[in-house]
Amino acid sequence: MDRNKTKSSPFYSWLVFGLLMLTWVVFSGFLDAFHLSLGVISCAFVTWISADLLFENRSDGPVARIKQVFRLAGYSVWLVYQIVLANIHLLKLSFIGQRALQPQIVRYECKLKSDFEKFLLANSITLTPGTVTMKIKGDTFYIHAISDVAAEGLDGEMEKRIAKCFES
Amino acid sequence: MSIFTIIAVVLICVGLLFFLGAAVGIMRFGDFYTRMHAAGKGDTLSSLLVLLGFGVYQLNNFQSFSESWPVLLVILKLIAISAFILLTSPTATHALMDSGWEDGIEPELKNDKPETNALEEDMPQPKQKEAQA
Amino acid sequence: MNFDFDSFTLFTGIALLVLMIPATYRLATGPTAIDRIVSINIIGTKSAVILVIIGSLFGRVEMFVDFALTYALLNFIGSLAAARYLHKTPPARGQVGEDE
Repeated sequence: MDRNKTKSSPFYSWLVFGLLMLTWVVFSGFLDAFHLSLGVISCAFVTWISADLLFENRSDGPVARIKQVFRLAGYSVWLVYQIVLANIHLLKLSFIGQRALQPQIVRYECKLKSDFEKFLLANSITLTPGTVTMKIKGDTFYIHAISDVAAEGLDGEMEKRIAKCFES
Repeated sequence: MSIFTIIAVVLICVGLLFFLGAAVGIMRFGDFYTRMHAAGKGDTLSSLLVLLGFGVYQLNNFQSFSESWPVLLVILKLIAISAFILLTSPTATHALMDSGWEDGIEPELKNDKPETNALEEDMPQPKQKEAQA
Repeated sequence: MNFDFDSFTLFTGIALLVLMIPATYRLATGPTAIDRIVSINIIGTKSAVILVIIGSLFGRVEMFVDFALTYALLNFIGSLAAARYLHKTPPARGQVGEDE
């Protein structure tokens, strides 16, 4: 474990530096030597002081990370489809009005481990039809569902998809 | 009228329709928590669609990578704003809902099933226990 | 049929301004403080979109996109700060309506 950590540590520093540099180039828009060198200096400084903040689990190598990025892209396509469904559902509900609602708060236990996966699950629950995450306590999610159908829709399919994205 | 303009107009119109849904929901729903449904979902997708619509329209001015670098930059920035909104809007909704619960806003729940509020059962209620004891 | 994208953009901006009215209504009458914060958040998101529209109308999108990005950032940080501020109050559950 220790050896693994020391081996993968420079990769993660370079990854953070690369992401910061990409952001710099997109937001500055100048490609001459002066502005690029300013960017290199600031990104190196930020990487030096806060490189350990961005990635929590550092045992995965570059290949595993690239695989995860592609799986996350596939997941986000599915998520966009769900968001469109959620908005159509919301449009219907807001024109029907209050009498169509059966609001309730349900408990949902998740088995995901890392904080990023939980963040992703909470955001996905918020964006899918009829459910909003209210509170997270450890592994327990409290979810405000707008109707019985929405509450029954929380069957763990989304959690399976997220877990599949991050398995190595 | 190029194909990009048509796609842009369609995207912006759909975005405006979803903005309308969110606005009507915010006005009509009677409960803080149900209003958050409208605010969290409606605003995310519709701002995304309108911003991406403008991004698609910018493709009209795009000729080549060497000449049209500023146009490409604008599109990248629009995608960056969209991704930022997609990540942060549900987070803000969640944070506001959490603080609304902590602040003591009573949710309006379905009446015929008393067990619909799972959070109430799990919350420690020191004051009530004191009163009972 | 000639289609003027600038007029369409102007129409979009006006429609967004009109759609801000329900949020403003919620801001004025919202029963709780957090309702008002939510409506501020919604108006802020719409304002970021409107900034892009203004940029498109003036032909200076590359400048106004930066403003829109900053506005979206500040909007998010502002609502998080407000949520944190209201979170600090001790849980009032079970105490509401109990007079002592």
